[in-house]
Amino acid sequence: MKGTNLGEFEELVLLTIATLVNDAYSVAICDELEKHAGRAAKLGVVHAVLNRLEDKGFVKSTLGEATSTRGGKRKRYYTVTNGGKAALIKAKEVRDELWNRIPDLILKKA
Amino acid sequence: MKPINDTRPPRWAQRLLHWYCKPELAEDLEGDLNEYFERNVVAKGPRRARWIYIADVFKFFRLYTIRKPEFVNLLLHWIMIGSYVKTSGRSLMRHKLFSFINIAGLAVSMSVGLLVIALVTELLSFDDFHAKKDRIYRVITHDQRLGEPAMDLATTSLVAGKKVDTSLSGIEDFTLVRNGFSGDARIGESVIPVSAVWADEHFFNIFSFPLLQGNPATALKEPYSLVLSEKMCKTLFGDVNVLGKSVVFDTTNYVVTGVVKDVPKNSHLRFDALVSFSSAKEHREEGGSFNTWTNIYSICAYVLLPKDSDPAAFQANLDKLSAAENARIEHRTISLQLQPLENIVLGKKLSNQIGPVMRPVALYFFEGLAFIIILSAGFNYTNLSIARSMRRTREVGIRKVMGALKHQVGWQFIVESTIIALMALAIALVLFLFLRVQFLSLDRFLSDLVSLDLTSRMVLYFVLMALVVGFGSGLLPAVFFSKINAIQVLKGSSALKVFRHVNLRKALIVVQYCFSLIFITTTLIGYNQYKSFLTFDLGFNTAHILNIRLQHNKEELIKKELAEVPEVGAISVSRIVTSLGSLQGAGMKYKDLNDSIVVWLNYVDEQYLPLHGHTFLAGKNLKALPDGAEESEAVVNEQLLKRFNISPQDPAKALGEIILIDEKKLAIVGVVKDFHYGTVENSIEPMALRYSAHEPWGYLNVKVTTNDWPATRARIEAAWQKVDKVHPLDAKFYDDQIEEAYRMFATMIKVIGTVAFLAVCIASLGLFGMVVFTAETRLKEISIRKVLGASEGRLIYLLSKGFLFLLLLAAAVALPFTYLLFDRVVLVNFVYHPPLGYVELVISLVSVTVIALLMIGSQTLKVARANPSEVLKNE
Repeated sequence: MKGTNLGEFEELVLLTIATLVNDAYSVAICDELEKHAGRAAKLGVVHAVLNRLEDKGFVKSTLGEATSTRGGKRKRYYTVTNGGKAALIKAKEVRDELWNRIPDLILKKA
Repeated sequence: MKPINDTRPPRWAQRLLHWYCKPELAEDLEGDLNEYFERNVVAKGPRRARWIYIADVFKFFRLYTIRKPEFVNLLLHWIMIGSYVKTSGRSLMRHKLFSFINIAGLAVSMSVGLLVIALVTELLSFDDFHAKKDRIYRVITHDQRLGEPAMDLATTSLVAGKKVDTSLSGIEDFTLVRNGFSGDARIGESVIPVSAVWADEHFFNIFSFPLLQGNPATALKEPYSLVLSEKMCKTLFGDVNVLGKSVVFDTTNYVVTGVVKDVPKNSHLRFDALVSFSSAKEHREEGGSFNTWTNIYSICAYVLLPKDSDPAAFQANLDKLSAAENARIEHRTISLQLQPLENIVLGKKLSNQIGPVMRPVALYFFEGLAFIIILSAGFNYTNLSIARSMRRTREVGIRKVMGALKHQVGWQFIVESTIIALMALAIALVLFLFLRVQFLSLDRFLSDLVSLDLTSRMVLYFVLMALVVGFGSGLLPAVFFSKINAIQVLKGSSALKVFRHVNLRKALIVVQYCFSLIFITTTLIGYNQYKSFLTFDLGFNTAHILNIRLQHNKEELIKKELAEVPEVGAISVSRIVTSLGSLQGAGMKYKDLNDSIVVWLNYVDEQYLPLHGHTFLAGKNLKALPDGAEESEAVVNEQLLKRFNISPQDPAKALGEIILIDEKKLAIVGVVKDFHYGTVENSIEPMALRYSAHEPWGYLNVKVTTNDWPATRARIEAAWQKVDKVHPLDAKFYDDQIEEAYRMFATMIKVIGTVAFLAVCIASLGLFGMVVFTAETRLKEISIRKVLGASEGRLIYLLSKGFLFLLLLAAAVALPFTYLLFDRVVLVNFVYHPPLGYVELVISLVSVTVIALLMIGSQTLKVARANPSEVLKNE
């Protein structure tokens, strides 16, 4: 079992969901990732990650209202769960901790 | 491509997505794809957008999106089957009439189906007991003479057989078989006629006929060896330990070298005794007329190909052999072909068959009839179920409200129809046992061919058939019920919806009645034609003539004995009995020696023509010739004169003309009026009568005048016994023989007649059910009409006019169809037949209408007579 580990891309997606607040659905997440992370996110990949995150209990999803766009199909909105938040915070803490332990000299000019 | 489509994602890709994707994921996934698609249409153009869409649909085919098999649902099915059975049982009990109609109809039709299944299974099991059955082939012959229709024979020439064995590579084993050995076996004092088959020593290598005694490798090796079946052993010796004992045929001593287990019925080779192939002198000789490439009429050759060999390669060898031999003959091509063992019994039409065969066409015919009958009964079920649906919609509605899915409701009705089909199967099985006896007694050919005993495989097929019938007839009701909208039904506004299927039901009734009418008309027309064949004026007299097969006895001796019987009148001799389908032909020429035709012949004595009452147009009868005298006369028919233009207008002038038959010069001494030499299927062709007083394999034609046939027969038999103690008397009246010659038609008429009867019964049952239902549902309407003053007559008219219209519609389709069928397809095969009348068409229509009216009338009358106050007060 992968347990509660957060992969790099998973973390990115989770963060994007958090930034989008109430508008986090697959296509928007893709767009956001492309805009801010500067990498081409394929819909299929994002979908798979969202599915995995939901399995791990980091996000939960609800179906929105039907609109006339998208051929009348509803969107699936994702929100970060408490577990998700905890995982994000933990990931950040680990990084901060590691950052703090790097001697100032080494990365200063980078 | 249409522009409208371009701005939409491809439909099939959408369907694919819905098919494989989990339902809970499908919606937003599709939505996402749509959104991308819309963007792509703008950004990259519709064509590329569509491609990307399709690619994405395939990309989403991942482990987490795929729909898992729904085990829970399968489990639910099994749990629910108990409930389905229970509700089906209740519904069966509640609607006794409908259940009866359905079960009875299905049982009757399925019994016919069982019969056909039994027949087909048994025919397919022919020759499957041979261990090497997949590798055994028979060498058959295709004979094409210049300017004549080709002939296919099951036999081949002895030359071909020997050549295949010695000069062709690529075979594992080879055997020659010849039918037609017959002789009187003498064992000590007793004499018993035996017919047997010649077979060579390889016979038991190829075919799996187990020997109880003797060595299979050598039993048929030496000349004058005899292998007897168990049964034959018991008739001849009363014992099976007979190895080495001798049997005398004529003057030749045969030694029993083996005892073979009785041949099973499903074998195309049937024999009670085998004689070693080398016993016949003509088989051993080199040369001689029997040993020519063109004598293709006696030998059956079987090859055993090696494992994993290609029959086509061996066929190429055969072609080479045929080509080499054909180079030596003129005006004729004889080619050898391979026929797999399994195709022998159910194969193409071949002359000179060695055993029983059945044409696949006949089998298709039976299958077709059974299918139509079962279809008809299935229609009844479908029809009545949908018609009754109003009473079941509530049940379905509640089931749906409680959570039943569409397919679960569907399955419920399929289970119900299957239960009914299985119940019908039980009854059908009993009917089948009865029907089997009737079927086998229809024709000696059938009881000879098959026994239709039940086997476990057959029972399996029976159950399979019941399941298929159940599924098939339940399918439409199942689809219909599963589509029911629960809310609408429970609100009580179901009536409108139910009657939407009225047209379907009407169509089913029309189809049923079409079949009924076609079968009845066919039976009537067929029967009329058959009757006319029997009473057909053949051009000579057949009444009171008894044909006695001579069986190689001396005519004078028999004649002398018969003359003592007081009822016996004139006696004549003839080689064949004409008008029954047996033919004898020879080449004939007139002045122009290049103009040769086949003339049909009969060899008769001087008594023959007067006895049979042939009409002479000119000249006189054949003169009696003393023994050994050269024949010089012929009596011919009008057709022969016409063919060679020998003064056809004035036959008298043809007298004295010399014709050549078989290179023999014969003077025409008499011309008889044309008569039917063949059956009514053939037109009258040139024929000639030649003189012969000695026809040991022919017939005595005896004029018998008697009022007490059994006593006369006993006297004739006694007379026969005085001359021939070995062979039983074989005597038949000419008229009976004619009837026998057309027996195939009688059999067919009986089969179709039975089917017609069943079809009418089933269709009537169905109609009855529909009428009962309609009458019941319209009871209130009728009562109100009655209160408002409608008369009984008008009410009956109102209720029955719909059904009558359907009946007339069916007649409008079925009657012209049958008429054309006979006019254009069936009767063109018969050169002489009475004209097709309209009487049969009218009779069948009237009879079907009367039956239908009885069904409709009885029910509508009941409703029309009902007391309206009784009906209406219950509202």
